Amino acid sequence: MSTSTETIEQFINREYQYGFVTDVESDEAPRGLSEDTVRLISHKKGEPKFLLEWRLKAYRYWLTMKEPVWPNVHYPKIDYQNIIYYSAPKQKTDGPKSLDEVDPKLIETYKKLGIPLREQERLAGVAVDAVFDSVSVATTFKGKLGEMGIVFCSFSDAVKEHPELIKKYLGSVVPYTDNYFAALNSAVYSDGSFCYIPKGVKCPMELSTYFRINAVDTGQFERTLIVAEEGSSVSYLEGCTAPRRDTNQLHAAVVEIVAMDRAEVKYSTVQNWYPGDEMGRGGIYNFVTKRGLCKGVCSKISWTQVETGSAITWKYPSVILKGDQSVGEFYSVALTTNYQQADTGTKMVHIGKNTRSTIISKGISAGRGQNSYRGQVKVMRSATGSRNFSQCDSLLLGDKCGAHTFPYLEVKNTSSTVEHEASTSKIGEDQIFYCRQRGLSTQDAINMIVNGYCKEVFRQLPMEFAVEAQKLLGVSLEGSVG
Amino acid sequence: MLEIKNLHAQVEGKKILKGLDLTIQPGEVHAIMGPNGSGKSTLAQVLAGRNEYEVTEGEVLYNGHNLLDLEPEERAREGVFLAFQYPVEIPGVNSTYFLKAAFNEVRKHRGEPELDALDFLSLVKEKMKVLELPQSLLNRPVNEGFSGGEKKRNEIFQMAVLEPKLAILDETDSGLDIDALRLVAEGVNKLKRPDNSQLIITHYQRLLDYIVPDFVHVLYDGKIIKTGGKRLALDLEERGYDWLLHEYRAQTPSQQPSLAGAR
Repeated sequence: MSTSTETIEQFINREYQYGFVTDVESDEAPRGLSEDTVRLISHKKGEPKFLLEWRLKAYRYWLTMKEPVWPNVHYPKIDYQNIIYYSAPKQKTDGPKSLDEVDPKLIETYKKLGIPLREQERLAGVAVDAVFDSVSVATTFKGKLGEMGIVFCSFSDAVKEHPELIKKYLGSVVPYTDNYFAALNSAVYSDGSFCYIPKGVKCPMELSTYFRINAVDTGQFERTLIVAEEGSSVSYLEGCTAPRRDTNQLHAAVVEIVAMDRAEVKYSTVQNWYPGDEMGRGGIYNFVTKRGLCKGVCSKISWTQVETGSAITWKYPSVILKGDQSVGEFYSVALTTNYQQADTGTKMVHIGKNTRSTIISKGISAGRGQNSYRGQVKVMRSATGSRNFSQCDSLLLGDKCGAHTFPYLEVKNTSSTVEHEASTSKIGEDQIFYCRQRGLSTQDAINMIVNGYCKEVFRQLPMEFAVEAQKLLGVSLEGSVG
Repeated sequence: MLEIKNLHAQVEGKKILKGLDLTIQPGEVHAIMGPNGSGKSTLAQVLAGRNEYEVTEGEVLYNGHNLLDLEPEERAREGVFLAFQYPVEIPGVNSTYFLKAAFNEVRKHRGEPELDALDFLSLVKEKMKVLELPQSLLNRPVNEGFSGGEKKRNEIFQMAVLEPKLAILDETDSGLDIDALRLVAEGVNKLKRPDNSQLIITHYQRLLDYIVPDFVHVLYDGKIIKTGGKRLALDLEERGYDWLLHEYRAQTPSQQPSLAGAR
């Protein structure tokens, strides 16, 4: 008993590796939020008028809203006037930047995070947009993708270079009225990634955004917008880290995806924000709205997330299945340890005929972690012949943690089927002993058991990401045999 | 190979083994029989190193070393293998991957190079033939969705791959039909070598029709009360345990527990 419990403890209390701070001079907005803050951000970014108007509308709407209290998470009230809403590393030059103009300290930072920005150092097949605090510092492979008509750039650049696309799609999936944090984001978002895949183009490499929060007391509010035209496809990755700090920091992002006829978008996240220390001090509040719209027929949007960081996670990547025969998927592994809290899940809204959705959620709770799955499946009257399958499993390590499941099912026609399965299990001493009797150490045994438990989700991740995800869980890579 | 001296062990304060002595030489096959609750499985768990079983007295020497000082995984790497009475399911973990990890732990421990996936796979396929196991088993998660018989055969298959020095088979025959029993026994017999030993724990004699032991021991109330050759197993099959227990009681006039459950 004692030995395996100790090792479970060690496993749970692994050090956060990315807690360092980069010493760069930054250009910050004063603390607090007002219309002036919104104007300042818009001005700094040299935005067109329509965007400023949109921001202001969002801000005014936000003022009328209340912070949601329904999630199963607990935290002291956030003082929105004590947050810095804009922080950018100081740039030596203005205008279009090549990698040579990027502060070497930033390049070094990403290198330390395992994200080399120089293209020759990149693993072939992944293009990166690196977002540091409030701004995008570099985007790789822009040129090569451009030849195929793919636009992959920072949100700011997209506003300048493709204002018509921004105007058309911004807020079309997640309107600023959607929820409290989406409204806040719409008012003060500072950067993010934009991606446009033209008709019939299969994006030849993984596109990725790497988010890094560096400055103290800063909130990160970024937006990602992905538009996949008819018959196109893209796989998108997102990674996140932040320094170790005693105070909580807010990350309120919005991701919108639009998929036209027969387009496919796969969005994968490995979220590793600083989770706070073992006493529950510090850590990121990750309050994120992610939603995809399957606009066209036979379109498909797939979310895969591995959530290991953040003090609090509040996030429900969703799919609106509007096009007939469109497909929505959600695969999730959420790990909570120490005092981490996660309330995460998905929404699948079936509108089109013969639409299908799959939800696989794997929660792992350890330490005093609290893990909630919250999922909604809504089948409208119009969505005849639709199907959903949901499976929500919870794994408990130790006896001070908790797992909760909140499924909401709503079916408004008789030709659709909705299935929901749920299970809760404790990592068994029997399983650990069985592995040890075969010669494996307790640590390896736990890794193997946890890894096996998450397998259905890891299988959905692109290869490199799957490796990173497994490492993150302290899990050794499974062999290729079998 | 194995020398157990005056072993006392308890679970949750309940004394189960009460002075067990047993010596096994290389190349020997020993069978331990006994009524339910006599301590057979406890002996297997203690030898494998299960934490819940507390040794209060006595010692166990394994190739001259104190076995009880070793962690379960160290014992396994030293060649102690337990075929579980109830093999455990590990969902999502591929059987081949699991076995390869175990196999390479043993190799590492011996200072031998680890086998890569391809070499390991060909080794495994060779061993599968011996037990007539379906190859699809290799691609399935460890014991998940296996029938009772498949689980037991899988234990012997793992034993074949890991080639232990001391194999302890805990009621491997329970839940097997006669064909499966024969296959398992044949597998076990093929693995017998002059330098390894087997300790077979069983409730029934029928397994011993196929696996012929050099010694048969009867365990009762935490002690071995009778040792004989293979003939003893047949006697027990024929006459049950009662006559032996009477004999034992006559020798030791102290109070004995009741015989509920004994056959």
